[in-house]
Amino acid sequence: MTADVEDPERRDVLVIAASAFAAVGAASLIWPFIDQMNPDAGALALASTEIDLSPISEGQAITVMWRGKPVFIRHRTPTEVEEAKTVPVDDLPDPVARNENNPGSPATDQNRTLPGHEKWLVMIGICTHLGCIPKGQSLSDNKGEFGGWFCPCHGSHYDTSGRIRKGPAPRNLDVPPYSFVSDSTIRIG
Amino acid sequence: MSSHESSYEPKSATAKWWDERLPLPRLMYDQFVEFPTPRNLNYLWTFGGILTFCLVAQIVTGIVLAMHYVPSGTDAFDSVDRIRRDVNYGWLIQPMHAVGASMFFLAAYIHTFRGLYYGSYRAPREILWILGVFILLAMMATAFMGYSLPWGQMSFWAVTVITNLFSSLDQIIPGFGTSIVEWLWGGYAVSGVTLTRFYSLHYLLPFVIFGLVILHVWALHVCGQNNPTGIEIKTKSDSLPMYPYAVSKDIFGLFVFVIIFAWFLLFLPDYLGHADNFVKADPLVTPPHIVPEWYFLPFYAILRAIPDKLGGVIAMFASIAILAFVPWLDRSPVRSTKYRPIYKWFFWLFVFTCLALGYLGAKPAEGVYVFWARIFTLYYFAHFLIVMPILGSMETPKSLPGSISEAVLGKGSKSTTSSAPAGAPIGAPAAPEDR
Repeated sequence: MTADVEDPERRDVLVIAASAFAAVGAASLIWPFIDQMNPDAGALALASTEIDLSPISEGQAITVMWRGKPVFIRHRTPTEVEEAKTVPVDDLPDPVARNENNPGSPATDQNRTLPGHEKWLVMIGICTHLGCIPKGQSLSDNKGEFGGWFCPCHGSHYDTSGRIRKGPAPRNLDVPPYSFVSDSTIRIG
Repeated sequence: MSSHESSYEPKSATAKWWDERLPLPRLMYDQFVEFPTPRNLNYLWTFGGILTFCLVAQIVTGIVLAMHYVPSGTDAFDSVDRIRRDVNYGWLIQPMHAVGASMFFLAAYIHTFRGLYYGSYRAPREILWILGVFILLAMMATAFMGYSLPWGQMSFWAVTVITNLFSSLDQIIPGFGTSIVEWLWGGYAVSGVTLTRFYSLHYLLPFVIFGLVILHVWALHVCGQNNPTGIEIKTKSDSLPMYPYAVSKDIFGLFVFVIIFAWFLLFLPDYLGHADNFVKADPLVTPPHIVPEWYFLPFYAILRAIPDKLGGVIAMFASIAILAFVPWLDRSPVRSTKYRPIYKWFFWLFVFTCLALGYLGAKPAEGVYVFWARIFTLYYFAHFLIVMPILGSMETPKSLPGSISEAVLGKGSKSTTSSAPAGAPIGAPAAPEDR
């Protein structure tokens, strides 16, 4: 006992070691309670889907669900493709293609599609501002000033390549990872 | 708990027995019967009691609704429909909860402006005030999650837009915001999974608020109430016992409030809601105008006034957080705006600013609306950061009455002992108590 009084630091080591173990133990138990809120195995299992493109005629667009999100698939007319190609990348608010198949590339129309399939535009149909669904999929919709999509929530205009041109959205519409399984079928995810 | 002496005397043997073991009756008597309240409190001081009523009403109706509500993406909308149509008295209890939320915010905002006008945040009431800011924040979180539960179109898209605010953190650390949002959602988009967790938290938070309210009342009973003059109670003649004087006033105020509540509840139960919320949530169709409930409109206007996504989010949260710093931003030698001839005008300009932001928050974010939203957002922050500190140290306040009783009864009743020099800042926050 007297030794403890004379050398109080021995006690400090015990206190620090015990507290550290308790803290690490508590912290490692917190993680399961945080992680349980992340997307579960069921949500991850829905991570890929195949779509037949053959019924979509030129000028038409469909919306499919992938990971609970709407995906826009538009069979673009040659005029729409031409319009998208003529825009200089320097004039765009977001100069990055946002194409998961081609990360980091400049936002040319070519980089937003897959090589050899330029008429097909596949994008996640969620406005990059605050997550609304832009209008422009059906023929009667307001397609905005650039003939692509228009988000009614806070007024973002997207062009025929799904790139942001005007309004508060910070990024071009995201292109999900996808590939052509055959000439008329794609797999998203 | 409080600085005043206990005057409770148990009247029966049982009361004495009880008092020696758990002096709860003593606590209640000292704090809510004999407790000295300033004799000049006006009706704006009845909102504390009204807010307690609101909280209890929300908890009681909420527990009842939880007996019938189904928190799932597929059944939630229909279960609310069933509550309103089939459950006995569901037509009454469901709108009581929904209208109750609006009435709760109405009372909380009046209560907050009361505090701002009479300087109730000044020393020694800083912690009392900051607890109030936390209560307001917890109320907002609760109301936001509660609004998601009917799972109509507005519910769904409000959740989408507001949770997406966190994705703006991607501008600081790429990917960080997205992982936060997916963690909140429990998926890659808002879904029934999100609804269920919001339901769980919506049930939890009111009890957190309840705990904060107990601390808020505790802090209040340590310092005592502020009053329209902003002068502390100095002698016994400045105060009256809480019962029956303040309590009867509180009850009358509550009755008037309940009449207004009942008018909305019985005649306009859905007036404060939005028609789009009677359409079931559809993740593929966004309503043309996403508008929050009226009590969030000023903050929504601030969010949209800033052209940058992250900047807007920061401004919106800052507009509430700044309230916590008010005790130190106000540099005036007196508490009450009643004695501040210049600040008075700025105070009402601030009230007008909040109302104007509320109006603009309901309008589409375009053209002239955005312009005015920016002007008013600018003043909102300037009021706290420029007007409060600068005007506070420049302005000469009107001379304060010597005491609360002098303010009420006129100079004739010189019951006060101290005779401070006229015009001296007696209502200064540091005034000592000598009761």
